[in-house]
Amino acid sequence: MTNRFSGVDFYDMDSLLSEEERAVRDTVRTWVDEHLMPVIADAYIKGEFPEALVPQMAELGFFGANLPERYGCAGLNNVAYGLIMQELERGDSGVRSFASVQGALVMYPIYQFGSDEQKDQWLPRLASGEDVGCFGLTEPDYGSNPGGLITTAREADGGWVLNGTKMWITNGSRASVAIIWAKTGDISDASSVRGFIVPADTPGFSARDQKGKLSLRASDTSELLLEDVKVPASALLPKSSGIKSALMCLTQARYGIAWGGIGAAMACYEEALSYAQNRIMFDRPIAQTQLQQARLAEMLTEITKAQFMTLQLGRLKDRGTMTPFQVSLAKRNNVNMAAECAREARRLLGANGILAEYGAMRHMANLESVYTYEGTHDMHTLILGQEITGLSAF
Amino acid sequence: MKIAVCLKRVPDTTTKIVIGSDGASIDETGVKFVPNPFDEFAIEAAIALKEAAGSGETVVYSLGGDAALETIRTALAMGMDRGVLLQSGGSTDGMEVAKALAAELKDQGFDLILFGKLAVDDYNYQVGPMTAELLGLPCITSLVHLKVADGTVEAEREIEGGVETSTCRLPAVLTCDKGLNTPRLPSLKGIMAAKKKPLEVKAVDLGAGTVEILGLELPPERSAGKIVGEGPDAVPELVSLLRNEAKVI
Repeated sequence: MTNRFSGVDFYDMDSLLSEEERAVRDTVRTWVDEHLMPVIADAYIKGEFPEALVPQMAELGFFGANLPERYGCAGLNNVAYGLIMQELERGDSGVRSFASVQGALVMYPIYQFGSDEQKDQWLPRLASGEDVGCFGLTEPDYGSNPGGLITTAREADGGWVLNGTKMWITNGSRASVAIIWAKTGDISDASSVRGFIVPADTPGFSARDQKGKLSLRASDTSELLLEDVKVPASALLPKSSGIKSALMCLTQARYGIAWGGIGAAMACYEEALSYAQNRIMFDRPIAQTQLQQARLAEMLTEITKAQFMTLQLGRLKDRGTMTPFQVSLAKRNNVNMAAECAREARRLLGANGILAEYGAMRHMANLESVYTYEGTHDMHTLILGQEITGLSAF
Repeated sequence: MKIAVCLKRVPDTTTKIVIGSDGASIDETGVKFVPNPFDEFAIEAAIALKEAAGSGETVVYSLGGDAALETIRTALAMGMDRGVLLQSGGSTDGMEVAKALAAELKDQGFDLILFGKLAVDDYNYQVGPMTAELLGLPCITSLVHLKVADGTVEAEREIEGGVETSTCRLPAVLTCDKGLNTPRLPSLKGIMAAKKKPLEVKAVDLGAGTVEILGLELPPERSAGKIVGEGPDAVPELVSLLRNEAKVI
């Protein structure tokens, strides 16, 4: 029988969730127990994204779940959406990344910046998993400074011609469609950045996987090459305007990542607790030692703090008053917290902690990527610093 | 085809049970409640039969307090069409529950009335067959396979050492066992749709009943396991312990 994850809820956060939010959380939780957990260790070792799970995730409505029902989405609020990300990342950061990219970085920009025709054409197919998307913003020399990107889009023959290279693109080699961010004006003009919907079978578009990853191994990370890629005028996301449009997408994704961090931390805490209760050393469970109790107490404290902060962040998002700075704080805190929990859990597990049979080291390695992507921990520190002081240090 | 499913709200099977202060009920504080897992096989069967038929109606009934509304909505989220709560304090006597269900279900034109084979909280196996008896309908219990065609039910049930095949005419009452199907998860769209589906609340009065629970006790805690050694050398000691300490051989 499948092991069932019962969550970590020291302060009865459940009582602050609606019935439907809990129901959504429970569906994803059960799905992760039954379908993701049995395959994830193997997928991770092989370095393969578990693609057989995509139709199931689509069928249950995990993609773009906070977008409207008219596009085939579930129309959930943002707290329920966050709980989906929490539960997916309880399974694996790579699988959560897949859903984050599909929903927050591909469906969201089409929904937010697309024409009605673009929304009708793409959103139902992305919700159903018939199409898989990727988000092409980061470039080899422009990571933390995306406004400096040098991919270009030039008008020609009533359409656009795109040239450039993108890197660290989740789902890149798997995607049937890419959202590509390119400069339509001068290379020094970040306000000329626009988004384009580029089908992956467009001539001149190619993707190749980045090999040798020691983190997020159950997720595809790719390089995209755009060599004279010709797209029609209708490929432009008409309401995208400047680098800030791309950053709005990142705010959506980072919001989900803040929840995801809690999920990974919960998984590590639960595993550490269970192991500590069952592992006998010096004739008693190691849970009866002060050092391991300190580890567990610290983890539970940090998880509990993050839960309430992030729930309130979700309520603010549903109210329409959430700021990108508030998202930075939660992403920065929660991913760092999760990485610490994963490391402590791995250590508590002793030698067993290095095995794929346990989740701690997989989460630990994954979270190093999550710490670095979607705004590095350091960049979020500086974003907060700027918000606090009014002075930019970057 | 019109199908009813009778659903009970029960404590999650992974919940750590604490006996209440009266010594005869469980302390519900902090307990997570879920649809009775065997009833989920009934829900899945009902939805699948309607899907296969292409038309019909599936109705979920639950008897209990207002908290059972959430349990009913879970069934609606899985795909049942509408729900009815028979609002009552419940009863420890399965016959009283069966009487209330039978009174509600008779003359409603159901082709099938489905139950789980038992509820995991009281393990009574009673309410399904009793309801069938009160309604004067045929009843097949503990199904692991079900086929409905031409007004006839063909069912398989696992019996000791084999499989029993039986048949009856519709309308009928069936109770469902693990193995009948794999219940679907409520999809996120299903969860949203459930809020808009009809859910009727009807107050019912149950009789006093003839069964009273006098006390509940937790099973004794299992003591820790013991490793007696490795390989053939450990066998004599193992045999001795099994014979003298565990007294199982």
